[in-house]
Amino acid sequence: MRLKTLTRIALASTIVLSMGIGMANAQTLNWARAGDSITLDPHAQNEGPTTALQHQISEALIVRDMTGKAVPALATEWGPSESDPNVWSFKLREGVKFHDGAEFDSEDVVFSFNRAMSEESNFKELLASVKEVRANGKYGFEIVTDGPNPLMASNLTNLFIMDKDWAEANGATKVQDVEGGEDTFASRNANGTGPYILVSREPDAKTVLRINENYWGIDEFPMEIKEIVYTPIQNQATRVAALLSGDVDFIQDVPVQDLARVGETDGLKVITAPQNRVIFFGMNQGDADLETDNVDGKNPFADLRVRQAVNMAINREAIKKIVMRDQSVPAGMISPPFVNGWTAELDAVPENNVEKAQGLMNDAGYGDGFSIRLNCPNDRYINDEAICQAAVGMLAKIGINVQLEALPKAQHFPLIGGLKTDFYMLGWGVPTYDSEYIFNFLVHTKGEKYGSWNGVRFSDPELDMKIQGLASETDLDKRNQTIADIWAVVQKEQLYIPIHHQVLNWGMSDKVDTIVSPEDTPMFKYFKLGS
Amino acid sequence: MFNKIHDNIFRALNSDFLYSFKHSPVAIVSFIVALTLVLGAVLAPFYAPHNPFDPATLNLMNGFSAPMKPNEFTGETFLLGTDDQGRDVFSTILYGMRISLFVGFAAVTFAMVLGVSLGLIAGYVGGWLDALIMRIADVQLTFPGILVAMLIFGIAKGFTPIDQRDQMAIWVLIIAIGLSEWVQFARVVRGATLVEKNKEYVQAARLNGRRSGGILIGHILPNVLGSVLVIATISLALAIIAEATLSFLGVGAPPTKPSLGTLIRIGQGYLFSGEWWILLFPAVTLLALALSVNLLGDWLRDALNPKLK
Repeated sequence: MRLKTLTRIALASTIVLSMGIGMANAQTLNWARAGDSITLDPHAQNEGPTTALQHQISEALIVRDMTGKAVPALATEWGPSESDPNVWSFKLREGVKFHDGAEFDSEDVVFSFNRAMSEESNFKELLASVKEVRANGKYGFEIVTDGPNPLMASNLTNLFIMDKDWAEANGATKVQDVEGGEDTFASRNANGTGPYILVSREPDAKTVLRINENYWGIDEFPMEIKEIVYTPIQNQATRVAALLSGDVDFIQDVPVQDLARVGETDGLKVITAPQNRVIFFGMNQGDADLETDNVDGKNPFADLRVRQAVNMAINREAIKKIVMRDQSVPAGMISPPFVNGWTAELDAVPENNVEKAQGLMNDAGYGDGFSIRLNCPNDRYINDEAICQAAVGMLAKIGINVQLEALPKAQHFPLIGGLKTDFYMLGWGVPTYDSEYIFNFLVHTKGEKYGSWNGVRFSDPELDMKIQGLASETDLDKRNQTIADIWAVVQKEQLYIPIHHQVLNWGMSDKVDTIVSPEDTPMFKYFKLGS
Repeated sequence: MFNKIHDNIFRALNSDFLYSFKHSPVAIVSFIVALTLVLGAVLAPFYAPHNPFDPATLNLMNGFSAPMKPNEFTGETFLLGTDDQGRDVFSTILYGMRISLFVGFAAVTFAMVLGVSLGLIAGYVGGWLDALIMRIADVQLTFPGILVAMLIFGIAKGFTPIDQRDQMAIWVLIIAIGLSEWVQFARVVRGATLVEKNKEYVQAARLNGRRSGGILIGHILPNVLGSVLVIATISLALAIIAEATLSFLGVGAPPTKPSLGTLIRIGQGYLFSGEWWILLFPAVTLLALALSVNLLGDWLRDALNPKLK
């Protein structure tokens, strides 16, 4: 009996192995980037690499294609209802099946939206103006908003649809609590409608996807990649070496110092585009006292002059020249230029003046400086740790003694979400292309529906009202004026210290044919493979 | 008085020990290399061009200067170039070596005190205490030393208060590496003690009524010290490498206070882009340091215990 089982196992593994060898052909894409997806739960973590992987497996009603344009996915038509401006109605795609064979219908959409609106969800800000979601027949879906919301559709491009029955059968109806270190069935498994099916996953090591032969768009998109092997490689040199040696075909983050080397290598190319992402520092200005500083009973960051001094001490030009090797655009506001509300005046690079900054520190009563811990990711943004190290040197010049703690993003981001850091680096992309997204997540008081990434503890009830009003303001001129008013406060109060806008450098084998998505989200169904 | 000192020096110069040293070119060369590096590190504050551990003195615009070539933005010239943060590589190696050596010496001293005491007790007392200590040692030996050090480092980091982590990091490193190396000392000392404790001189001392503690320290310890010295030297090389490994993995010295391992980690990222000096100089220094100490240890073993040759 036992021997039989063993023989069977041996036989099975031989077959699997030979299949594995057979599959490693020209249609397999080996994909690498610095960090892994944090979770497979589609609503637990609103973070670039996490949604990038999810976009291969699951779909939203509307998605952005490689150029950034919103195109139909699980919804085929949408728009505000003619009878009631508070209602958005969607026509759902018929005949779509989840990977496990279950049929997709409006029940799943209602379930997924309610899940994404729950308090644990990391996407709730996108749906903060939603009063109710309801099915309208098997392939109709309606969103009822709190006042008309003309920009609703652009909020939906990262809101993935799960299968209701699958979630219920596997105890995954509740969103995983990433900050609390929870591990759920949905964080390790996935069942979407997307073009690729999850085959296996080892977090931080390897994720394998294979093509979904029953995908609704199989004839509509190139779908030339049959298998995707995703390997996070944190170390810059190892990542480049993997590309140079042909172990991987596609990396999303060529280190800036290696652009020339990769570009000049036969059989490899680098394609570049400005990214929809701004990098900045956040400072806890809301608490009365900080745990990670050496000042007792006071919070130095609560003083506007200290925040302004920090802003002035950062030499963005030097970071651009040396750390980024010109692959960045110094920033003055925490919004990428793609976004409605961005202006060149607001984004003007702040002055770098150490003497003036020291003067501000003196005025604030911190002439002798203080010490503080800075939390930084080391596998998320381009040269994140090096930027933080450079900032340590620049802040030392005005007496701020910074202890740098650089951690992988899986440990770094929960510190911000869980309010366990007083000084941190964060990057922000804006998939809706509208400032409201920034305000909802980063400026609004942290609470049940808004502010889940507001780690600076800023809170202004009056501003909160203005932010909430944006969703239902139909007069676009008036709305833009409110956005400008809110930006004026964000800038005046120096809520954040903007550093720069990132530039994307995708490195790949010549056989891969794609353009760079400004979201840094490769949609592999659009990729073509040459010979 | 003068004669006595003279006598001692004369005796030392004519000892077997020195004879062996003078006739071993390897020992002489490695001694000179090790001494130069140690002195170079210890005296660094007096002659290093700048203090790389003071972030306020750094100018980012100096970053990535090639050795002996003026920087394109600031015009400053650096003997061994600068790293990605504009730190002078020469000064950083000197200061980084201070960390490496300090951690190495302190960790070995810690491991030695712990290992020798436990080994003496285990060998002399015997019984269940011996079994207990040696089983702990055996269990620890089944794990690679670097893994044990990382484990201890991780746990200790969790216990240190946030605002003291940078200052504590060095001490945690010392304890972590020390705890991962005490076993060698304990095993050798226990073995030697087992042999020594049944010899006539120990029995004579016992009959004279000396207490166990006195016998251990006054009689047995001096007789096992030779082998301890050999292990200590070899352990020092291992401890320096262990510290470099931990820092290379990013769990050792804080990034703003780079040791040799941290520098190698930084330099490794710029290998493909042609900034070779950030990696090469610290790596060569580490190699020279570890190799010379190790060769000295080998020679010491042969000199003190010709039977092993």
